[in-house]
Amino acid sequence: MSYAIEMRNIRKEFPGIVANDDITLQVQEGEIHALFGENGAGKSTLMNVLFGLYQPDQGEIYVHGKKEFINDPNDAARLGIGMVHQHFMLIDKFTVAENIILGREPKKHGALDMAKAVKIVKELSERYGLDVDPNKKVEDITVGMQQRVEILKTLYRGSDILIFDEPTAVLTPLEIKELIEIMKRLVGEGKSIILITHKLKEIFESCDRCTVIRRGKNIDTVAISDTNPSDLASMMVGRKVNIQVNNAPYDPKEKVLEIEHLNVLDSRKVDVIKDLNLTVHGGEILGIAGVDGNGQTELIEAIAGLRKVKDGSIKINNDDVTNQKTRKIIEAGLGYIPEDRQKHGLVLDFSVGENMVLQTYYKKPYAQAGILHNKVITKKAKQLIQEFDVRTPSEKTLARSLSGGNQQKVIVAREVDRSPQLLIAAQPTRGLDIGAIEFIHGKLIEEKKKGKAVLLVSFELDEILHLSDRIAVIYEGHIIDIVNPKETDENELGLLMAGRKKGGNEA
Amino acid sequence: MSNLLKKVNWMTLLIPIVSVILGLLCGAVIMLIIGYNPVLAYQSIIESIFLQPYYGGETIRAMIPLVLAGIAVAFAFRTGLFNIGVEGQLLVGWFASVACAICFGHLPKVILLPMSIIAGGAAGALWGFIPGILKARFKVHEVISTIMMNYIALYTTAYLIKNFLYTEGERTPTIPAAASLASTFLANLTQGSRLHWGFVVAIIAVFAMWFILWKTTKGYELRAVGFSPDASKYAGMNVSRNIMLSLTISGIFAGLGGAMEGLGTYQYMTINSAFTGIGFNGIAVALLGLNTPVGVVLSGALFAGLQTGGLTMQSDAGVPVELIQIIIALIIFFVGSGYVIKWAFGRLSRKGHK
Ligand SMILES: Nc1ncnc2c1ncn2[C@@H]1O[C@H](COP(=O)(O)OP(=O)(O)OP(=O)(O)O)[C@@H](O)[C@H]1O
Ligand SMILES: [Mg+2]
Repeated sequence: MSYAIEMRNIRKEFPGIVANDDITLQVQEGEIHALFGENGAGKSTLMNVLFGLYQPDQGEIYVHGKKEFINDPNDAARLGIGMVHQHFMLIDKFTVAENIILGREPKKHGALDMAKAVKIVKELSERYGLDVDPNKKVEDITVGMQQRVEILKTLYRGSDILIFDEPTAVLTPLEIKELIEIMKRLVGEGKSIILITHKLKEIFESCDRCTVIRRGKNIDTVAISDTNPSDLASMMVGRKVNIQVNNAPYDPKEKVLEIEHLNVLDSRKVDVIKDLNLTVHGGEILGIAGVDGNGQTELIEAIAGLRKVKDGSIKINNDDVTNQKTRKIIEAGLGYIPEDRQKHGLVLDFSVGENMVLQTYYKKPYAQAGILHNKVITKKAKQLIQEFDVRTPSEKTLARSLSGGNQQKVIVAREVDRSPQLLIAAQPTRGLDIGAIEFIHGKLIEEKKKGKAVLLVSFELDEILHLSDRIAVIYEGHIIDIVNPKETDENELGLLMAGRKKGGNEA
Repeated sequence: MSNLLKKVNWMTLLIPIVSVILGLLCGAVIMLIIGYNPVLAYQSIIESIFLQPYYGGETIRAMIPLVLAGIAVAFAFRTGLFNIGVEGQLLVGWFASVACAICFGHLPKVILLPMSIIAGGAAGALWGFIPGILKARFKVHEVISTIMMNYIALYTTAYLIKNFLYTEGERTPTIPAAASLASTFLANLTQGSRLHWGFVVAIIAVFAMWFILWKTTKGYELRAVGFSPDASKYAGMNVSRNIMLSLTISGIFAGLGGAMEGLGTYQYMTINSAFTGIGFNGIAVALLGLNTPVGVVLSGALFAGLQTGGLTMQSDAGVPVELIQIIIALIIFFVGSGYVIKWAFGRLSRKGHK
């Protein structure tokens, strides 16, 4: 029997690093095949080779048993291979339908037939249960919906082999559940799927087999029914991992962040934060739980001075920072791990070293009298790369060429190392492997032990429950309840997040 | 200084080199078709520039404003902005330096010369700052506003000359010697070329671009904002202020280019009825030079050499000098289609593998 995809002995080198070293991947027809490995192991690279974005230095690719040369994504599309990238490739200003048909537009008398495009998109979305609005602009829809647009794009092109590169990293738990349903429906129709994810739970819920790679090398391919999560995890890292770091005891100090009667408008001038009150103390990790789109992003942006506060006040260490300039708020003691690492957290065309001092480049010891001390910056960067295990050939490498997880580590390293009075961590472990998550959790707990205040925003309820000393549930722009993580569980949180106060009545 | 070239890897270096070769080859083919001898033509260019001091001197002279204009474009480009307004900034710089020299003609050279140069830079700065503030405050795209500023510069300088500094020959009076960059020493050295001390200013500008962008905190900020305004904003940088600053600095370089023409090459300013073209050539120089300081010098030398050598080409090989502009345009065309060159090389080397 032939494989849907067989990649034999693939090798791919980048300057200073061998990303894929003799990797073999065999995907059976009609299966969901997981690709599992640490940050920077070479998963995205291998898939980009299959998709024709990179040319392998060595190795062969067979599609449905036939040897093929995939020179570019057009070749891949012709062979029925579609890919949803780790970082989306949609055009913000285009509508959903325009994005989907781009490159294969339906035509009438030689001109673009938009009505037909919308109809095709509607049909596709109904057929696969992927709910999208064809006429909305991409910049106005949630990441979850962008994800569905990416999937529809590949389906529109008639792909029967689908590559999903960490699709779940940006999704909420509910959306993940839906995505798994969709994937099962797709293999039911005879399509084959390669799924990259760092979440073991998803692999065990959806996949048939799993290939593990470590530092560019093949480790093994196993059937999911023959293995268990902890085995898979140790196979990935090459040693035993303890998945949970022990939290430190709760010892709150004075107030660091004080928000009173906050009101904020979103970009469409609609109230998103309504009369929100919140306090975070030193020596405390306060978790914010909530369904995406309930004002989390706007709340953080308001604290950081990136969004105008309509009403109310924000104080950091008793300093009123309401509507202050971002630089001033940073100097008042704010550190911020933003949700969108590529857009907000990094200057992708700067080197890793330059990115490590993005807020501090003008201060001693990195600069004096307006002149950069590049040697000091390099030294700092080297130290952080080592300490946070950022997998990069050197500090001179452009941030753009790092793997997704390693980009995230650069941001976390920079923010945690500054040890700010108030650290806002939005999805701090998004896209990180199990080992790195454990490490970052340790770092956040360390900050708390130092007496710093940590505001944690995450869609991972596990993460919130495990790290937080208090959990504030945000719903439609205000905090509807604050709960003790020791006295609650995912079910209760889920209800609160849906707007139901304890006791079962609507909030 | 090794990092003057640090942003360049070999593959990107390939594009300008291949473009120049292709441009010259296509130029040769055109000459053959019209019935000229391309070997003789290129030979006469090379011989004149390298063997005749006069043409050598004129080449360096022509380089001075070209390099300054190229630096202006490259600086803005490195910070994410397209400064199409170099031509206008150059014109106002030219005018301001000449006007300053004439109005304060009684001052001694140590004061008047630097003051006139600064006046040129300052006028260019103002002409860059206006599109900067328009973009920062009102989101007017700099390509549109800088093009408009070019026309305003062209007609304003013409008006000012006509009404306030007019002399016979549709131009301003000649500047006093105390403001002049011209030098008998350099002229004698090059058998009477118009080479002047302005090349020192150009060298300083090249160095300044590198120093500001890669050695100072402001340069770090300017580049960050150019690459990613969003991330810069999140890091606490003031994006609008940096946009204004970048176009202002870029305008200074361009304005200095104009001052070099006014105080060095011509010693006066004519009433221009059309653009000088130096500012637009500066875009080409920056593009071919990959927006690096050293690259700008090299491509500035190439263009200046072609333009000056073109004159001997016409007299010795009989090839019309306009062909030089065609060759320059072809080179730019090939640089612009650099993607195609990259792709072609990629294909070739891959074929080698199979
Ligand atoms: N375009 C590139 N240029 C240079 N190096 C690259 C490039 N793309 C990837 N790399 C390097 O190759 C290695 C593998 O990266 P890859 O993106 O495949 O990792 P990954 O397994 O997908 O990791 P993650 O889970 O973090 O996404 C990394 O060390 C990365 O720095
Ligand atoms: Mg990846």
